[in-house]
Amino acid sequence: MRDVDNPFSPSTGRRCPEGADEGHRQRRLESFPRAAAPLLGFARLLRRYGLAVAPEQISNFMQAVTLLGPRSMADIREAALATLAPPPDRRDEFEAHFQSHFYDNTSAVVEGDADEETRIKDDGGADDERTETEQSQEGGELSSALEQLSTRDFQRDDDRLTAFRRKLSAALPARRSFRTVRTPSRGKLDLRRSLREIVSADGDVPSPLLRRRQSVPRKLLLLIDVSGSMKLHTADYLKLAHAAVQGADRAEIFTFGTRLTRITTALRIRDRDQALARAAAQVDDWDGGTRMGPTLLAFLSVPRFSSFARGAAIVILSDALERGGHGELETAMRRLSARAFRLSLATPLASDPRFRPATAALRAILPDLDDLIDGSSVKSLTDFILSLARPAPAASTIWKRVS
Amino acid sequence: MNGTSAETVATSPEAVAQHLAASRYLADDSLATAIFLAIRLGKPLLLEGAPGVGKTEAAKAIAEFLGRDLVRLQCYEGIDAAHALYEWNYQRQLLAIRHAGDHEIDIYDDRFLIARPLLQVLRAPEQRVLLVDEIDRSDHEFEALLLEFLSDFQISIPERGTIRAAAQPIVILTSNRTRELAEALRRRCVYHWIGYPDAEREAAIIMLRAGDVAGATARAVATAVQTIRARPLAKPPGIAEAVEWANAATILEKGGSPWPEAFRRAIGVLIKDEEDLSYIAPELGRIVEEAMG
Repeated sequence: MRDVDNPFSPSTGRRCPEGADEGHRQRRLESFPRAAAPLLGFARLLRRYGLAVAPEQISNFMQAVTLLGPRSMADIREAALATLAPPPDRRDEFEAHFQSHFYDNTSAVVEGDADEETRIKDDGGADDERTETEQSQEGGELSSALEQLSTRDFQRDDDRLTAFRRKLSAALPARRSFRTVRTPSRGKLDLRRSLREIVSADGDVPSPLLRRRQSVPRKLLLLIDVSGSMKLHTADYLKLAHAAVQGADRAEIFTFGTRLTRITTALRIRDRDQALARAAAQVDDWDGGTRMGPTLLAFLSVPRFSSFARGAAIVILSDALERGGHGELETAMRRLSARAFRLSLATPLASDPRFRPATAALRAILPDLDDLIDGSSVKSLTDFILSLARPAPAASTIWKRVS
Repeated sequence: MNGTSAETVATSPEAVAQHLAASRYLADDSLATAIFLAIRLGKPLLLEGAPGVGKTEAAKAIAEFLGRDLVRLQCYEGIDAAHALYEWNYQRQLLAIRHAGDHEIDIYDDRFLIARPLLQVLRAPEQRVLLVDEIDRSDHEFEALLLEFLSDFQISIPERGTIRAAAQPIVILTSNRTRELAEALRRRCVYHWIGYPDAEREAAIIMLRAGDVAGATARAVATAVQTIRARPLAKPPGIAEAVEWANAATILEKGGSPWPEAFRRAIGVLIKDEEDLSYIAPELGRIVEEAMG
């Protein structure tokens, strides 16, 4: 297998000089068999487009091609799929790059845009290069949203958010984990450590060591409506989301309007202005309509996302003014409610004392909600999220009493 | 077949596909190629896909055609080294200390070591197939622990030193993709995404797996299941459910229910979510009739 004359020999593949300086790389490249160049070039192309390809994977790719013959281009494609391992949601992109690199068919590379389809944007694993491209494509709407973020003064809200960030982790509802921690009293005997103590004390029996199951904060999931009707509140919500990601161990943030966008990774940046600018650049359905039902169903259809909802405290920040029928919204809320530890809807409309859940959509989803609260200010939202661990009567009970 | 090396059995993707078929597992070219490459490159195979597409079954079929024992490690949230690698039998150690009195005993002797799946695989004299099932359910820390094992096929036990694999195991990891796996894990593996099979392949799988199902029934089930999967269901039916549906409907039909009615009555084995059932119920008759036509 390690034949030096074989252009796809594994030993030549291992010489792949990733990480070396450009000149060094060039010299090494010249020493490569010419037939290996397209394979190397393909791996580099993928890397340029933000797909993570490790040097080890390139050498595996070459070995795989050798093992398969290759008898046809299909073998090279299979070898690339198996060893370079593109994530399933980027398979189309991978295929397009394969077509463009090996068949010179560049038309496939241009990304199609599904207008009415609910698309899901996930920034997980995006690299700097991709972020830069996205930032350079900011439109007018986006800029105005950014401007709004930077110019409005929320000094008092800022103090509240700082306090919120500090208190959040301890305030979230907790669950008991499988993991155990040492405890001075009220626990089960930790035989592993106790035995070590006994052995080190030459057989004397010291006081037994105890362990008990650890208590871990539940996950917090914020789903933020960025449609036109929520325009006034979006900036506050994003600031709140940033504080939540910074303060909680496990928080996930999504925005939705006509599409679903995951912005958690962007909000992990400590500097708030930078984080919000990056998050704002990722969302491309600012101030549009709301397709809450289909977007929430899209959220539930991605196993990685829907599993995050399991056992989590979910807060939806929206006025729930759904465009079109509310059948899908009802289904989505029922499924979310079945997964969640607590499902809450915070609507700015509830700040009006005359507010009642009277729209058909709200009436339909009310039985699935644990809380329907005022989402008009940072104060009401932070107070509410910090009280999530305390039990409260279901939303339908409260609103039946009021109306 | 235990004596033959895996490489001599897996001579080409086609040979792998044939062996799998003999083990009653129908793999497409892509999966057969990934399995072939994993065996020949000596890399772990990472299989991802929706629940019910046959990831675990693939591992069982691989173990069967290679003639190796399958050791399965089911992952869950909170799984740690004591569950996956080894544990000391503390009760026995304590008893041994008490009985020993003034004599010296080695409490880290083999007698006191409980081998968990990973250690079992390393200590086995022959090559084993190790299935690490649903790795996406475990914590990130466990994934990191597994990385050490997967790269060197060895375990360090502080009291005993390092134990290396007598025969490098064939490792298959499965994931339902409920969370993103670490890049470090993905790049150590040969990767394959298993999708739902097309209607033709699914009909063939049903024929192979179900007990006594007619060809026409299998084709109708496969077609109907494809249509049902295209709906936005909370739990889309897997291949195993499709096989069960074909079986159940056949039994009902032999018991006297006419065909479309038999399918409708057996729907509970295909769709196991009350909400999905009420969603699909109004359309079910039409879907079945179209599939049978």
